[in-house]
Amino acid sequence: MNQAIAAERLSKKFVLGALQRDTMLRERLISMLRAPFRRHSASPNVLWALRDVSFRIDAGEVVGIIGRNGAGKSTLLKVLSKITYPTSGAVHVTGRVASLLEVGTGFHEELTGRENIYLNGSILGMKHGEVATKLDSIVDFAGVAQFLDTPIKRYSTGMRLRLGFAVAAHLDPDVLIVDEVLAVGDAGFQRKCLNAMDGLRSGGRTVLFVSHNMAAVENLCSRCIWIDAGRVLMDGSSREVIEAYMNTFANARENMADLRSVRDRRGSGEIRYTGVEYLTSAGEPLQVVRSGDAFVIRFHYHAREPISFPSFGFRLYTEFGTLVTDTSTWHHAIDIPLVPAGDGYVDLHIDFLNLLPARYYFSLWITGAASPVHDNVEHCAQLEVELSNIYSSGRMLDSRSGIVFFPQRWKVQETLVASVGGKAGEK
Amino acid sequence: MTSEWLTDFWRYRELLYFLAWRDVKVRYKQAALGASWAVIQPLLTMIIFTLFFGRLAGVPSDGVPYPLFSFCALVPWTYFSSTLNQGGNSLVGNATLVTKVYFPRALLPAASVLSGLVDFAMGAVFLALMMLYYHVRPGWSLFLVPLFVVGMVLLAFSVSMLLAALNVRYRDVKYALPFLVQIWLFVTPIIYPVAFLPPRMKRFLAFNPMAGFLEGFRNSLFNTRHMDWGLVGISVVITAGLLVIGAIYFRKTERSFADIV
Repeated sequence: MNQAIAAERLSKKFVLGALQRDTMLRERLISMLRAPFRRHSASPNVLWALRDVSFRIDAGEVVGIIGRNGAGKSTLLKVLSKITYPTSGAVHVTGRVASLLEVGTGFHEELTGRENIYLNGSILGMKHGEVATKLDSIVDFAGVAQFLDTPIKRYSTGMRLRLGFAVAAHLDPDVLIVDEVLAVGDAGFQRKCLNAMDGLRSGGRTVLFVSHNMAAVENLCSRCIWIDAGRVLMDGSSREVIEAYMNTFANARENMADLRSVRDRRGSGEIRYTGVEYLTSAGEPLQVVRSGDAFVIRFHYHAREPISFPSFGFRLYTEFGTLVTDTSTWHHAIDIPLVPAGDGYVDLHIDFLNLLPARYYFSLWITGAASPVHDNVEHCAQLEVELSNIYSSGRMLDSRSGIVFFPQRWKVQETLVASVGGKAGEK
Repeated sequence: MTSEWLTDFWRYRELLYFLAWRDVKVRYKQAALGASWAVIQPLLTMIIFTLFFGRLAGVPSDGVPYPLFSFCALVPWTYFSSTLNQGGNSLVGNATLVTKVYFPRALLPAASVLSGLVDFAMGAVFLALMMLYYHVRPGWSLFLVPLFVVGMVLLAFSVSMLLAALNVRYRDVKYALPFLVQIWLFVTPIIYPVAFLPPRMKRFLAFNPMAGFLEGFRNSLFNTRHMDWGLVGISVVITAGLLVIGAIYFRKTERSFADIV
């Protein structure tokens, strides 16, 4: 097999504070005047987005890249696409590369759909003639034929997205690098995108694919690389890597998740979440969470020192990364004058879980009067919602029916129900 | 390395064309007067200059009517100054492109330089009409005009590259740029002919490469005086130097553009 991508000991350093300070010439001049003989020292605030990352990818392989937010996945893709350069190490890519880090890059509001197709195609590396021959197919894919000569500032977000992806789907690269473009758009659009990527795979192209949608990764990719804190944590068959990755999330089935060992978190740290527990309303350990259930999520914390007026917050996401809800003690105007040092917990009582069966993730945060953010752990735990007989009709709802459902009733005119019932009775 | 940089630039020439085309398309969208602004801007400036400098101050104009004299310099000057403005902000203004796609970064200032030529061409057509109106006939020296235009384009590209790269790190450029352009206007023989300056000041004029190109442009159109090839020569040398400096600085810094823009 020919090698398509080789990454050799890639490292990428970001200097956080110094960057902004440098940006005004004045600051630079002042610091030079103050200490003319010292080279102004770099800020100690150094972040290694990538550390010693090496791998090889053969031509025709479809590889998924997974990891938490901020693990370095996007930086890796940017380095591989030559957008940014590694601090050390080297990248070798053979063949025509197209990277899709965003849908519709370079779209201009004032230009028409047609003009933007040409512009975007050219930005993504297509030749003019190539765009011209594929124009009909692109327009068809995007479903914007009627608005082709309308400036895209009049387009809806969805139309713009479809147009952007339609152009990208008609790229014909040897190596395609895709970042989380599926996180946006509705289910139908997502399916269309996945099909397009599947088409590339069967065409023998090399694809590198970052996503939080594990089902899509497992489905498309034979191999997976798991990046954590800038390093390759695991590289192997998708099934194994995804399983190992998922095991680091707290699972509702395991009832209790330990958050003490999670290092990938932000905040000043005077108070931290230590664990998540699922309980029944009666306080018993809960094994399975189903649509429509009433239950309790208990968040354990540890305070190193007394904390005044903290707020505890909870954000829930779908596995596509869509924010479902954001709630906190602050939203409910619960003022906690003081949390003493030591261990404790807060309970989130959910009286009726109107989420459809699917896998959800959540992020937790604590803010306070003194520090804007004490703790913030992204995607720290998983909530697996199982099927249930919500409408007591025996007809199940699953994730294809959407994300949420409402307590609801349908009322049909009496006569209609009677006639339907009559026919059913005749059978 | 350098040859690689140049071949990369060449490989992406079609994108250069599209970026320039986008700039042209977008420039006068939703402007009621549209592309006629390309002519209105130098025209209004010419009228003001004629009133204040030509009539009131009695600035000489090398034997051609003052309106024609100043308009002839204002057309290339408008090109140059608006290109610096656009080119200097081209990287910062296209930050989403720079952080999301790979392409030779120098395409962005280059596209600004190219797109301005469309306005320049419209201004030039109007200039030709004015010459007809004033019965000013160009001689054979007309064929020298492209030479000076090329010089000016290269100068605009060099300075744009330098400013655009500086602007990524130091946003001061954004504020300094309009000021720079204004000063540059006064130290360039646009309002006045070179002959108007006392000999001692003329020497300093040579440090301004725009002076050589503009004088050359004007002289080859009006054919009134002999070309000051010495001045032109110095302008060419300075432009070549700026091109090298601009390209080197740009290359040195472009790797970090996506990280700090």
